[in-house]
Amino acid sequence: MPEQPKIETTPAPPLNAWAPAVALAWLVPGGGHFLLKRPGRGALISVSVVIMFLFGLMMRGAMFQPQTGDILTTVIYVGGFVGDLASGLLYLLSVWLGYSQPDMAGHVHDYGTKFLVAAGILNVLAMVDAYEIATGKKD
Amino acid sequence: MPNMNLSHFEAAFLFALFASIVLGVVTKRSDRERIRYGARTFLYFMVALVGLGWLMYLGHG
Repeated sequence: MPEQPKIETTPAPPLNAWAPAVALAWLVPGGGHFLLKRPGRGALISVSVVIMFLFGLMMRGAMFQPQTGDILTTVIYVGGFVGDLASGLLYLLSVWLGYSQPDMAGHVHDYGTKFLVAAGILNVLAMVDAYEIATGKKD
Repeated sequence: MPNMNLSHFEAAFLFALFASIVLGVVTKRSDRERIRYGARTFLYFMVALVGLGWLMYLGHG
């Protein structure tokens, strides 16, 4: 019987090496980079995500609520909710302070909704970057 | 919270600008590469924006 090839696996990085940076990156856009002593990149991420989110609010974009049904409804509403939630404190504060905008017709509202979700998705990219820096996969 | 009214172009321009900045920051490994990548991404966004705009305009006849 032929010998199975050995698959080399690298051990997962310890949780305490990356979890604080990733958690802070979620809560405060750019915060993970500040914690990891990358203030320039952190500032650029912070400014971009915060301005996008604020523009989304000023354009009266709608926040997604998770809904399930057919596959398209599930992908759009659950995905949109996760995208909104990924903005961290920005999302939590706006919901706690009572921001609630119905989904209305019109290109400005539509762009607003997209800006809110895109801000969260860009913050996810920043969280991944913070993870890679914290675990030494990236400078 | 003040209201904001932007045209299609203004909204798409701002979207492209901020998305390009973050993509440039998180993607590459040196500052020079980040600036080049961010600028190139922004250019691609703009080309797609203007190109698709013209395509829809011409498609409507």
